Amino acid sequence: METVSELFRTLNTTYGFDLSIFYDSYDADLFTRGMYFTALLSAASVFGSLFLGVIGAYLQFNGGVVARKFVSAYIQVFRNTPPLIQLYFFFFSLGPSLTSATGMSEPILSNVAWAIVSLTLYAGAFNIEVFRSGVEAVPAATIEAADSLGLSKRQTFLQIILPLAFRISLPGLNNNLVNLIKTTTNAYAIAVPELLYGASQVWSDKLNALEMMIVLLIVYTAVIGLFTWMMGCIERNLAVPGWGRA
Amino acid sequence: MNNQANWRCKVLMRFGLAIVIVLALSEAHATSQESWIDEIAPLWKWMPLLLKGFLVDVGISIAAMLIGTAFGAIIGVGQTLFKGIIRIFCLGLTQFFRNAPWLVLLFFCILLIPHQITVFDWVIPFPPWMKGIIGLALPVMGNVSEVVRGGLISIPSAQWEAADALALNKWQTLRIVILPQALKRMLPPWMNVYAVLIMATPLVSIVGVEDSVTVARSVLSAEGNTALLMPVYGLLLILFYAYCAPIARLARFLEVRYAVK
Repeated sequence: METVSELFRTLNTTYGFDLSIFYDSYDADLFTRGMYFTALLSAASVFGSLFLGVIGAYLQFNGGVVARKFVSAYIQVFRNTPPLIQLYFFFFSLGPSLTSATGMSEPILSNVAWAIVSLTLYAGAFNIEVFRSGVEAVPAATIEAADSLGLSKRQTFLQIILPLAFRISLPGLNNNLVNLIKTTTNAYAIAVPELLYGASQVWSDKLNALEMMIVLLIVYTAVIGLFTWMMGCIERNLAVPGWGRA
Repeated sequence: MNNQANWRCKVLMRFGLAIVIVLALSEAHATSQESWIDEIAPLWKWMPLLLKGFLVDVGISIAAMLIGTAFGAIIGVGQTLFKGIIRIFCLGLTQFFRNAPWLVLLFFCILLIPHQITVFDWVIPFPPWMKGIIGLALPVMGNVSEVVRGGLISIPSAQWEAADALALNKWQTLRIVILPQALKRMLPPWMNVYAVLIMATPLVSIVGVEDSVTVARSVLSAEGNTALLMPVYGLLLILFYAYCAPIARLARFLEVRYAVK
């Protein structure tokens, strides 16, 4: 450990290439905290948006007219407005309003929680669309067969359609979730100490923007590469035999 | 005709509903005795400024789209129709700019492009908005490159072979046979890229370009009235929705129309 930090310190003094996160413990802490929050934001909003996607797809399949209208309005609004302004709207407008409405002195949700809520709602709208196309791709004969077995609509959805639709819609889902992980950088705007924020703290202190930028791009490329690889494995394992090219 | 009138009516109703919801939320927020009309009255005075800020966003997005499309088309052709080192280089470029977060690329351009470049006697200045355009054009380039690739490989290889049999060379085949068919299929996903771009454009406010979000912030701090928070950000959401929704709708319409049957 000592030799590694010594190596990077020499790299700075001899070549002026300042990777301070590898020898300065304060900067290293900022950076690891950034990684932690990026992981937290990504994981929470990925699972939240998947959950939202399933509920939305179910409501579009079996909800009443009102629920269906509501879901499609939600999709329209969240797909067609910038996620940054959604985040500002939630954090600066809705947050204080809710707080004053409930009459509490403390804010109800922290900036991290608002970032998760906003990202979840944003990605959820896209996931509903993907799940819905998956649900539509399930052959009508399969649904009729479930019907003739006496399954209710809810049972049909949960036991027959959803497992199939999930597998069919994995490629589209992969795309959305990668986008979501990239969008977690927006949380920088409301001072959530995620990776970009931590890096910016480092470079405004050490003035090593170029080096930190390179590190950031490498880390994000690695994270997204890892995620796509993982999703690729899941996709291959869950591919419906005889469906599409598989 | 009737259908179109019906649709227009629906759109109007939707905007009416959006405005009512924003007003209702701000009414819920208004704690003073004043009615909401008095609360949001100052907004009118700032309206032209906010619209101007929104136009800056639109302008930046269009410029970034044009630049990104020009370079993306070149890289897209490079990663599809070439072999060896060119193909690998274009493929790497595409994947890199497609997978890097937009905000990180923006920061990259804002911090690392110099204020001005001196070429012999010319001094080319780089104001923040120009750096912002470049920063947004890079990910657009990656995405457009993929659109071009998708469009080109969607043309059956029999078309290439037929053109070959007619003794057309590679460029003639591309220009006369492939592109006229592929362009049609590329149009809807290209419009989707633009929709993604306009969603990302407000990010330039974070790196110091004066756009609609910057204006909204200045308005809020000038007025210093918390009751305006909801209407100002709500107005921005409505503006962006009014601009994006028709584009997304048209893209979807064209997608269905040009779909391979």
